[in-house]
Amino acid sequence: MSSHSADVGSSSPLLDRKLPPVAELVVLSLAMMLSGGVYLAASLPKPPGLAPVVALLAAGAALTMVAVVMLSRVGDFAWDKFFLVAKWALLAYAIIAGILGFVFVYDHTRGGTLAVLLCTLAVFAVDVPTIIGFTVARYQDPGSTSTLQVLPD
Amino acid sequence: MVDIATPTPARPEAPAVPEFQIVPLAGLPVVGLVLVGLVVTIATNKQWAIDFFHVVAGGIWTALDLFLGFVIGPILGRLSIPARIEFTTRLMPKMVLIMPTVVVCTLAAGWQLARHLGYLASSDPHHGWIVASFIVVAVMAVIALGLLEPANVAVLFELKKPRPDGEIIAKLMKRFIMTAGITGAMQVATLVIMTKVASS
Repeated sequence: MSSHSADVGSSSPLLDRKLPPVAELVVLSLAMMLSGGVYLAASLPKPPGLAPVVALLAAGAALTMVAVVMLSRVGDFAWDKFFLVAKWALLAYAIIAGILGFVFVYDHTRGGTLAVLLCTLAVFAVDVPTIIGFTVARYQDPGSTSTLQVLPD
Repeated sequence: MVDIATPTPARPEAPAVPEFQIVPLAGLPVVGLVLVGLVVTIATNKQWAIDFFHVVAGGIWTALDLFLGFVIGPILGRLSIPARIEFTTRLMPKMVLIMPTVVVCTLAAGWQLARHLGYLASSDPHHGWIVASFIVVAVMAVIALGLLEPANVAVLFELKKPRPDGEIIAKLMKRFIMTAGITGAMQVATLVIMTKVASS
């Protein structure tokens, strides 16, 4: 087994770095998507009233957008790590959202209910990679040029 | 006058970090196979296969959450740093693949099963319990996807650094252990709900 030797224990300025509340906003958005999903799932198979879930979807999507805009304004950030993690996580969660969407389509969910469900799954599939990418990148040295790979390109 | 050299504080011996892959590539074909099996199962709508996916994946999910939250978590918190590093680099990459796979299998197959058995209809006596299970799963999903999994991946990235930061690892591991405990406790609610549904 090969291994690398690690100096564990040094204090890092990365812990004290002030960053916008990206993770908090996106977790709130995720909670809204899941609440909307529960509301719809609890109402199916009869057509549910869409107003509450559309409101949750709009608010959650807005929170995600605000978080992305706030994040884009951070200059000193390990963007390479953020995109490295986010792109693979996006692929994984797009597949997961796709399977869940397939179940609803297969079960003859149609019209406005299906549209809202698919939009909810789309925001969900963006939220999770954003949180994971941000959490990883916030503890990475912005100046790092390491070529660490999650998966081969 | 005799010069007495001030002793430099001894630097703790650097623990070895085993080589590891953040996403174990060897596991991806297995995940792909399981997901294809799930889609085929739902498309063919065979009750036994749907039941199999829901029960097996749900059982693994519940057992892992309980075991991690109440057994492994507290043990991990008391291990020495080198032992914790070695254990983490061996366990956590596997969890990156296992948890999302068992969760999507449980949810997708569970939805189909509830539909098959008529539990989704609001007139069904089980409907209330099924909605309760949706709520429990949603809360667990927020905790797992918003806090636990990001901490898991971030720890692995930290350990890939030539000089991992102990404070960052400790902070993230604390979050991991705490959230694993919460999801473990919520799995008790899942067990209560599912056994109620199965026995009524």
